[in-house]
Amino acid sequence: MLEVKDLHAYYGKSHILNGVNFHLEEGEVVSLLGRNGVGRSTTVKSIMGEVPPQGSIRFRGKEIAGLPSHAIARRGLGYVPEDRDIFPTLTVRQNLELGIKNPRKPGKWKVQQMLDMFPNLARRADSPAGVLSGGEKQMLTMCRTLMGDPELMMIDEPTEGLAPLIVKQIGELISDIANAGVSILLVEQKLSIAMDISHRVLVMGHGQIVFEGTPEELRADDAIRKEWLEV
Amino acid sequence: MLEIILFSLLNGILYGLLLFMLSSGLTLIFSMMGVLNFAHASFYMLGAYFAYTLGMHTGFWPALILAPILVGVVGSLVERFGLRRVHANGHVAELLFTFGLAYVIDELVQLTWGTVAVPYREPDYLREPLFTLFGTDYSIFRGVVILISILMFIALWYLLKKTRVGMMIRAALTHGAMVGHLGHNVPRLFMLVFGFGCALAGLAGVIGGPLLATEPGMAATLGPIVFVVVVVGGMGSLPGAFYASLLIGLLQTFFVAIDASVADILGIFGLQIDPYGEVARITLANLAPMTPFILLVLMLIFRPRGLMGELEP
Repeated sequence: MLEVKDLHAYYGKSHILNGVNFHLEEGEVVSLLGRNGVGRSTTVKSIMGEVPPQGSIRFRGKEIAGLPSHAIARRGLGYVPEDRDIFPTLTVRQNLELGIKNPRKPGKWKVQQMLDMFPNLARRADSPAGVLSGGEKQMLTMCRTLMGDPELMMIDEPTEGLAPLIVKQIGELISDIANAGVSILLVEQKLSIAMDISHRVLVMGHGQIVFEGTPEELRADDAIRKEWLEV
Repeated sequence: MLEIILFSLLNGILYGLLLFMLSSGLTLIFSMMGVLNFAHASFYMLGAYFAYTLGMHTGFWPALILAPILVGVVGSLVERFGLRRVHANGHVAELLFTFGLAYVIDELVQLTWGTVAVPYREPDYLREPLFTLFGTDYSIFRGVVILISILMFIALWYLLKKTRVGMMIRAALTHGAMVGHLGHNVPRLFMLVFGFGCALAGLAGVIGGPLLATEPGMAATLGPIVFVVVVVGGMGSLPGAFYASLLIGLLQTFFVAIDASVADILGIFGLQIDPYGEVARITLANLAPMTPFILLVLMLIFRPRGLMGELEP
């Protein structure tokens, strides 16, 4: 479904991605692990066109590297950024409505369905989204991306800075999304969540993929964990 | 006295509304795209000249609608084929681009319509008095201008608050990239907003031309004041731009009307400054053109984020 080949990216003069290669199949949940600053977020951003990519990114067999990000989104890629980026002056409901790409062709997810799933969002449906708590913002931004009917959703650090109970809820939401047939590329710091819900895990170091395998294989590989993950 | 206050109030509001028509577009463009459009007042001037020329063929009222649309189209084209390419090179390049554009438009206007004012005027029946107070007439046209301004604000409010495009614009004001990630064509939205902002400036020109004067210096006269409005109101704040427009409109109009000199006013407080006679005899009316800039300087010193702005300029 997604095939990334020899992907390079730069911030100014610094070379952040140094030939990233990986693939993701339909229906898969894949986690991208690694320490801070190794280029996990940049990988996702360059797939989405926010950071100019060099190399090949193919989605459903078609090259998407170099397209503007709205065109990439329209191909069926959804992106939930690390800083959540809810629209603070719009209401919760309006945030969800803006997730719909084409109001004349609504997708399979409905605003009401999202609000039913999350009573906290429903209670604030007509308040400005800026007043939500961190966890609620994370729920909202994931629901908003779902409204656009993505086939592959890239979620960057959804649990960062959130309380354990909410982390658990977010893990459940990601599983629900996966069970609904959406493929997921998850960037995560917390090993436990990633190991629980992923079919495969990728470990990044120095702008490259340094390990690829199942969660079990990663668990068994002390050397990789020690070198690239543990602090 | 009451007459002066009343008419200064009416004219100040009228002038303020006109300023807001310009500053609202400038503010929208600035907060969404980060572009401080130096050519904004040039689009205002184009509005007046387009309406003048179109009006000779279509009459006053159709020109009042067609000219702003035409200015909006010109603005969209400028964004699509100029600004969008320059954008890749950062904000300084954009600033210089709009700066150059202002000169280009000014020169083109002079080449096309000449260096002296053109006789762009409202139809005669609009010059009839709407009402007469204390023996002074208030023309129908001035009433029409106030009405058009208010209708425009309602339309702007409706667009921003009640429509999907307005939702996208408000979302893009704070998180432009995210709007794109959701699959919305942000470059096209930028083009529309830039065109729309220019059309608002054009509308201000269409109704400002007959009120002030349609001449090649009109952009240079009003342009700096519009920038003052945006800074005083707070960069990027529409409500701020509204209050600042009215404030500067009223201040300037009242100052023009007050014939007292600095010495007179100090005299009220019992101060005599005879040795500085020349300076002290300057009347407030003489100071009127300076008031926006005095306000600008004071604002930047004492409250750099403006009346309602969140960012410092």
